[in-house]
Amino acid sequence: MTQPRESLLEVRGLRVEFEGRAAVDDVSFDIAPGEVLGLVGESGSGKSTLARALLRLVPAARGTVSFRGTDLLRCTGKALRRRRRDLQIVFQDPLASLDPRMSVGEILAEPLEIFEPALGAREQGARIAEMLERVGLAPQVAGRYPHEFSGGQCQRIGIARAMMPSPQLLLCDEPVSSLDVSIQGQIVNLLSDLQRDLGTAMLFISHNLAVVRHLSDRVMVMYAGRIVETAGVSELFAAPVHAYTRALLAAVPDLSTALCPPGEPLVYSYER
Amino acid sequence: MSALPATAASTAAAGPPPILRVEALDVRYALDGAVIAAVRAVSLQVAAGECLGIVGESGSGKSQMVLAWLGLLARNARIEGSVRFEEQELLGLPAAALNRIRGSKLSMVFQDPMSSLTPHVRIGVQLGEVLVHHAGATWSDAQRAALHMLERVRVPDARRRLREYPHELSGGMRQRVMIGMSLMCGPKLVIADEPTSALDVTVQAQILALLREVRAQSGLSVVLISHDLGVVASLAERIAVMYAGRVVESAPTLELLRAPRHPYTSLLIQCAPSLHGARLDRMPSVQGLPPNPLEPEIGCAFAPRCPRVSERCREERPPLMRIDGVAQVACHHPLAP
Repeated sequence: MTQPRESLLEVRGLRVEFEGRAAVDDVSFDIAPGEVLGLVGESGSGKSTLARALLRLVPAARGTVSFRGTDLLRCTGKALRRRRRDLQIVFQDPLASLDPRMSVGEILAEPLEIFEPALGAREQGARIAEMLERVGLAPQVAGRYPHEFSGGQCQRIGIARAMMPSPQLLLCDEPVSSLDVSIQGQIVNLLSDLQRDLGTAMLFISHNLAVVRHLSDRVMVMYAGRIVETAGVSELFAAPVHAYTRALLAAVPDLSTALCPPGEPLVYSYER
Repeated sequence: MSALPATAASTAAAGPPPILRVEALDVRYALDGAVIAAVRAVSLQVAAGECLGIVGESGSGKSQMVLAWLGLLARNARIEGSVRFEEQELLGLPAAALNRIRGSKLSMVFQDPMSSLTPHVRIGVQLGEVLVHHAGATWSDAQRAALHMLERVRVPDARRRLREYPHELSGGMRQRVMIGMSLMCGPKLVIADEPTSALDVTVQAQILALLREVRAQSGLSVVLISHDLGVVASLAERIAVMYAGRVVESAPTLELLRAPRHPYTSLLIQCAPSLHGARLDRMPSVQGLPPNPLEPEIGCAFAPRCPRVSERCREERPPLMRIDGVAQVACHHPLAP
């Protein structure tokens, strides 16, 4: 397992408040270099707020977020900007997260202009073409605009944008939830290729347990702002400990259970 | 409109007449000289007491199809074919006549319970007005019925909830209210379009259990639409799979899951996420993209993505054919059972 290795990210006692109420409460976890950590939980449990707090898109009320020894929550100015290239994010809605007035080439060039301003035009073009190919798009699409692409293709562009500055940690916030089932697998496979080829660590947020199971090394379960369970992927799915995790696993409609002889499936009710 | 191709004809050979009979339904939109075909020649039936599941990806035409049944499509939609509910033709029916059917004998549950409830009207009034409007009930009777209904759909603390507004309820509670509202007049058929897609899985399981319970009590027919095969399989006795505006396969649920005949159905089943079995090296997916609805349909719409494709598939569209018993498939090279 990954425990003895040095952590890439160390989160300790993180708390995020909205009007005095905790959306993320006393959250602590580590991510090792190259590790994929899954994060599951229902809507409103604080998954996205947690990701946004790591990126300083929402302010944290308390806690530390240490990235390779630097506390991201106390970074300012240049030091913060330098760190931003190491943490990138892929959002749920692939079209809404791309600027409709920018061509794909411009979208992918922007991170390079910010983080590698010394790069020449020719080199920039080569890096963009290389990234487009890596995410399964033809380099020729650089001149086209987001609305010309399907949801799955837009998500490939969103992933390419996030990967342009070669981040060490990719935060994926429900990256396949708005895609059709037949397309989801394509994007999940792309993310696992990137992880394998480039060694990028990931925090993979999803309410889709099957996708999380497929991609993650370890899984955290979040409920009402707190992490209620963390375990290796096989342990979590084979022997969930927390009542909420068990309810969550039991609630997923599964074709293999549908194939069982008819009978009333178990329904768990776990109210807050 | 009784003459229809034998291939797309009735699934149930004998027995009571179906509660809903759709024949050769087309929905098209004209757009800057081009034509978008959203639904193409769909024929299907729902038997009394049956739950028919309709599965398809976004853009497959499933929502457009049911909105057409109910006369809820945008004005620029061109609709052809026949939709008979209890032997009465719905297409072309004047709004007043349609309004007597909609919400009473034929009701609908939509995906987003927040936007389908009126935000500034109390829950009790929204439930009650269904009876006042359709059944001519008095308001005090309607309030009593609303309370009973909230209890029936297992909304806790029902008496208090009657006086609340939609925003005071959770998503799952709102969907219970929507289901309750659809049942106020004792409908014969409820159409549920992605009723659980906006809900968390734990809440989804509760809503599916409620729908199951309601069916067991009242014997009503249900058309359940979802992109999630697992959701549909947990409730429906029969499933119709739609792709690019057409029904490509229709079969009893267990048969369809155990031995899908259309390659698309088979791939959909493989792609359906599972928490069981070994972790696969690659996540199953279907290569390519669905066809552009603006482009003319030549041959089988699934051909560019199909692992069993032949030259014939690219040139000649396979009709929906009856195969062994009640199953139907539209494929030149169906999988062996």
